[in-house]
Amino acid sequence: MTRLTVQGLAVSLGGRALAAGVDLCVEPGELLGLIGPNGAGKSTVVKAIAQLLPYRGEVRLGAWRFDRIGARDRARAVAYLSQDDQLQWPISVAELVALGRYPHRSGWGGALGAADDAAVATAMRAADVWTLRERRVDQLSGGERARARLARVLAVEAPLILADEPVAALDPKHQLQVMALLRAHCAGGGNGIVVLHDLTLASRFCDRLLLLDEGRPVATGTVADVLTAQHLHDVYGIDAVTGVHNGQTYIVPWANRNNA
Amino acid sequence: MLALHATLAAVLLVLSILSLGLGAAPMGWGEVLGGLFGTGPEEHRIIVRQIRLPRVLLAWLLGAALGMSGAALQGLLRNPLAEPGLLGISASAGLGAVLALYFGLTAFGIWILPSLAMAGALGATLLLYALTRGGTSNLTLILAGVALSSLAGALTSLALNLAPNPASVQDIVLWLLGSIADRSLADVGLVLPFVAVGLVLLMAAAPALTLLTLGEAEAASLGVQLPRLRGLIITGSALAVGACVSVTGTIGFVGLVVPHLLRGLVRHQPGSLLLPSALGGAVLVLGADLVIRLLDTPQPLMLGVVTALVGAPFFLALVVQSRRTLP
Repeated sequence: MTRLTVQGLAVSLGGRALAAGVDLCVEPGELLGLIGPNGAGKSTVVKAIAQLLPYRGEVRLGAWRFDRIGARDRARAVAYLSQDDQLQWPISVAELVALGRYPHRSGWGGALGAADDAAVATAMRAADVWTLRERRVDQLSGGERARARLARVLAVEAPLILADEPVAALDPKHQLQVMALLRAHCAGGGNGIVVLHDLTLASRFCDRLLLLDEGRPVATGTVADVLTAQHLHDVYGIDAVTGVHNGQTYIVPWANRNNA
Repeated sequence: MLALHATLAAVLLVLSILSLGLGAAPMGWGEVLGGLFGTGPEEHRIIVRQIRLPRVLLAWLLGAALGMSGAALQGLLRNPLAEPGLLGISASAGLGAVLALYFGLTAFGIWILPSLAMAGALGATLLLYALTRGGTSNLTLILAGVALSSLAGALTSLALNLAPNPASVQDIVLWLLGSIADRSLADVGLVLPFVAVGLVLLMAAAPALTLLTLGEAEAASLGVQLPRLRGLIITGSALAVGACVSVTGTIGFVGLVVPHLLRGLVRHQPGSLLLPSALGGAVLVLGADLVIRLLDTPQPLMLGVVTALVGAPFFLALVVQSRRTLP
């Protein structure tokens, strides 16, 4: 019941089109990878879906039109992880993760209930920050902070997760862990969109991909449909090595086209 | 958290009693309390209730307004160096009062100066609101505030420059220095409703302020309505601070220093910082006012001068510290 459909999404800022003609559909249980070079409009599309930017077009989750439901209902339905880490005050990891429960609280400043505490604990364990829960966020490494922020997103328990480059600051072990977490979320009936620069991770973990270039969709479909040599050449200007492991196609960017 | 509130309230109470006991007429503690609660002779009642009590009450209101506004603005702008003066609200209220003094309007009634000061604060608020309406960021708010502050300062200087006689210059300067001495219960009554409404508006912003720790985008994704939050905090600060400035003159740095001193005691949670900052602000203003009355200076020291003297080096120390901790 929580299929995400986006039709004719367009965002412009000061007369310049940042994204246009974006259609996508993410079924329950599916993880969509949003890929494209720097400046392709990936973050813009994700922010528009999260209703953080004015846009034209239609965004629906199940029967709901996102621009017509209240902020609180929307906040329970969509969890958003921004690209840049903007944590300001040195609160503890547990306090940070608990902020994800805000849309579920009753009334102004209501205290957390048992269900909230359980959700916060589950999210911290899943993101491997349980042992860090008393630590202040300014005393964490980059990778620990990224996982703590992801735990905050998981604590919302929203059916749809929008994650903008969640693995940028992480070592390989934690990159795999974060991607596995997003997969697990989808396996539990949720759906997600993840913005990625790492095409190997995108090919490994995403059910389908949407390739953007200069604000416009170039290709959408399975990994094999989207990460073709032609698309990689046209959009990224690179050559890649393709392989198959356990029946799954993966790619590794190999060389810039011009000096190949 | 409760212990912190109780401690601050207890300190405030002790300072208030000390302040009531201090004055030109020597009175014993029994006489002071008798005057306060109306059981003593009329002379004591007049001294304590009409002269000393307004000073204490005004310190509470002023300190609470400055402290809580400072905490709320630091949370909203996600900047530990923000304070009510930054948005130009204090300076604009000051300008209104200076205009009343400059044109000699104060002769027409005691309400003229506070009314014009509040009109200045209100005008600044409306301008800020208009400038930052819609999808603009908090940076726009800071820049608009700095511009507004400079403009009000420039116009105040212009009034001083063109002042027709030395007496009005003297009036303007003394008023600008800021003081809570020799105010009446009528002044307190004038300020009270505005401060009360302002503080309620600021308190309503508390949960959303804590969420802003995540940054504006993630806070908005959790249901925080940023335009509404900005409106609440700008309006609340303007009402509370503008009303106080209209009676006390401009008093700086309380709104900056108090949230800083207390932040670590509330585990750095912006929403939990509001109430302690109000109490702490009242403690600081009342304490500073007590100190300047105990010091023997050739001219009575003005409260605004002392808070600036203490606050400016503190501000510098903060800047130096943030240079060290930031990459």
